[in-house]
Amino acid sequence: MSTIAERRPPSRGVRLPRRWPVRGVVANIALSLILLYVVLAVLGPYITPFAPNQVGAGPNLSPPSSDHWFGTDALGRDQLSRVITAVRPALLAALYAVTFALAIGTVIGIAAGFLGGLWDGALSRVVDLLFAIPEYLLAILVIAVMGSGLVNASLAIGIVCIPRFARIARGSTLSIMERSFIDAARLCGRGRLWIMRRHILPNIASPLVIMTAINLSTAEAAYAALSFLGFGVRPPAADYGSMISASQQYLLTDPWVVAFPAIAFVVLVLAFNLIGDVMRDRLDPRSRTSAGA
Amino acid sequence: MTDDRTPPTAQGDEPEIVLDVQDAVRHYPLRRRSLREPRRSVHAVDGVSVRLRSGRTLGIVGESGCGKSTLGRLITGLETPTSGAVRVGANGTPAAAASGRGTVQAVFQDPASALDPRMMVRQSVAEALGGVGRDERDRRVDEAIAAVGLTPDFGSRYPHELSGGQQQRVCIARAIVGEPDLILLDEAVSSLDASLQAQILDLLERLQRDTGTAYVFISHDLRAVRQVSHSVAVMYLGQVVEQAPAEAFDRGLLHPYAVALRSTEPRILDDGVEPVERVVLRGEPPSAVAPPAGCRFAPRCPIVEDHCRRVAPDLVEATPGHLVRCHRPGDLTLSGVARADAGTPAEV
Repeated sequence: MSTIAERRPPSRGVRLPRRWPVRGVVANIALSLILLYVVLAVLGPYITPFAPNQVGAGPNLSPPSSDHWFGTDALGRDQLSRVITAVRPALLAALYAVTFALAIGTVIGIAAGFLGGLWDGALSRVVDLLFAIPEYLLAILVIAVMGSGLVNASLAIGIVCIPRFARIARGSTLSIMERSFIDAARLCGRGRLWIMRRHILPNIASPLVIMTAINLSTAEAAYAALSFLGFGVRPPAADYGSMISASQQYLLTDPWVVAFPAIAFVVLVLAFNLIGDVMRDRLDPRSRTSAGA
Repeated sequence: MTDDRTPPTAQGDEPEIVLDVQDAVRHYPLRRRSLREPRRSVHAVDGVSVRLRSGRTLGIVGESGCGKSTLGRLITGLETPTSGAVRVGANGTPAAAASGRGTVQAVFQDPASALDPRMMVRQSVAEALGGVGRDERDRRVDEAIAAVGLTPDFGSRYPHELSGGQQQRVCIARAIVGEPDLILLDEAVSSLDASLQAQILDLLERLQRDTGTAYVFISHDLRAVRQVSHSVAVMYLGQVVEQAPAEAFDRGLLHPYAVALRSTEPRILDDGVEPVERVVLRGEPPSAVAPPAGCRFAPRCPIVEDHCRRVAPDLVEATPGHLVRCHRPGDLTLSGVARADAGTPAEV
């Protein structure tokens, strides 16, 4: 049996929801953190003490104080406001990238696994090709073609992530194809699209969800890297990567200008990472790590 | 071959033919290891001809790898024959074209794998009713679930909430709900324990009496096959070596392989039919990639002669409705070698 469904007592008419896949202390901390970031992303513009791009909101490079909790940067912009504002592009970039990769990768993987033969050969080679190109090189190549900005950078990261989803979707599809309910559906006159949508997709959803969780942290880190290189949202808009990159010359003299955006970014990636680990442990208890429930 | 496996005593108006397999061949090409290597293929099914009439059951037995499951896939149209013809239904549609039209349904060996774990029982059963209005679909699904002896509340359960026997009943419900002409039962009771097997076999027999569906019953279990079949075909290495009415299976078997298979059938008590000596075959079946030139059973046959190794025997009718593919049919019986002058003694 490949499902992670638990044996439940026979239901009495009402179907209980599947058990929440992420449980335990670690998972709760990670989920709380992500919830915090989501709230900040939504409420950001309303709760920042200063306008994030307001030059001279305070003295240049002032250390943390009661006026400016996170201090100010080289242009006197309030760091706290900028750190809060930068949550939104960071979350959106990860969301766009992973959603795109999930959608395209799943379609490619199911098609390759289900159709087999030449289709499988062709699609798998394309996926291998994408895999073979170094990730950041590929992302920068895509940006060079499409231009920079939040959406383009996200798409670039999404393209880099496609092979992972495609491979796991293909592998899971192949294992589902071994089960005889696929043949039974064929004998019932169900077409390929029906079988792919109604039989294969629901049965490979678990690994795909886990892959999504794992890739959120990767996409997040990748977006920060692209932003650091100047391919993210356009300055002066706040963005973790560009904030770190703009302030790196003050790292030794005024470390907080780098430290606060870096900490905010690292905690976000860590939270995504922990969720991914917990979900992977749920799927595959053999690779259990310390992040278990 | 024109066997229709209807006993000669049958009435004048015979049921219509719903399965007509003519010289079906299915080869699976092997990947070549070098370009100079000749193309080779696995001869999974190599010239099988059978016919089956409505309301009857054809049993197919044989050891693993003899091609019986491939034959099943040809009959369902999930595979197309390399050559030959497989026609199903009253109007003789080729199986591949009929696949998915509801003419042929199947019940597979492992019920847990034959039901989508994410579909409720009703949904799985209703899958066989495409293009039927919602009300009628619900009604027919309810009927089918009732017909296999399950209560209506099973409809809203998921497969993992069911026992193996209940799961197999659901699979049978899915197979009968579209009223097919023919149902393939591919090792349908092999994964169930003995008492469940008996229940399911009884259910299948009852459904056949009620609906007149024809069954092709594939199994390695001779006893189960004999219980439900009107006629039994024994397969060896992709070919039918003997096809006999079910009654002949107790005493009248002619092919040495069929005799060996029958003699090793486990028995609890001596049923007094005949003193049975176990005929133990040595070795493995020859490779299906390069079958022997003569009789395919010759390398393992207890009563093999030189002639057998050179010339492949044809499937001939020994008595009406009883076919055998052997140069020395009937020389090995359940009580040993019948004619002592016939040559090599049996290995018993």
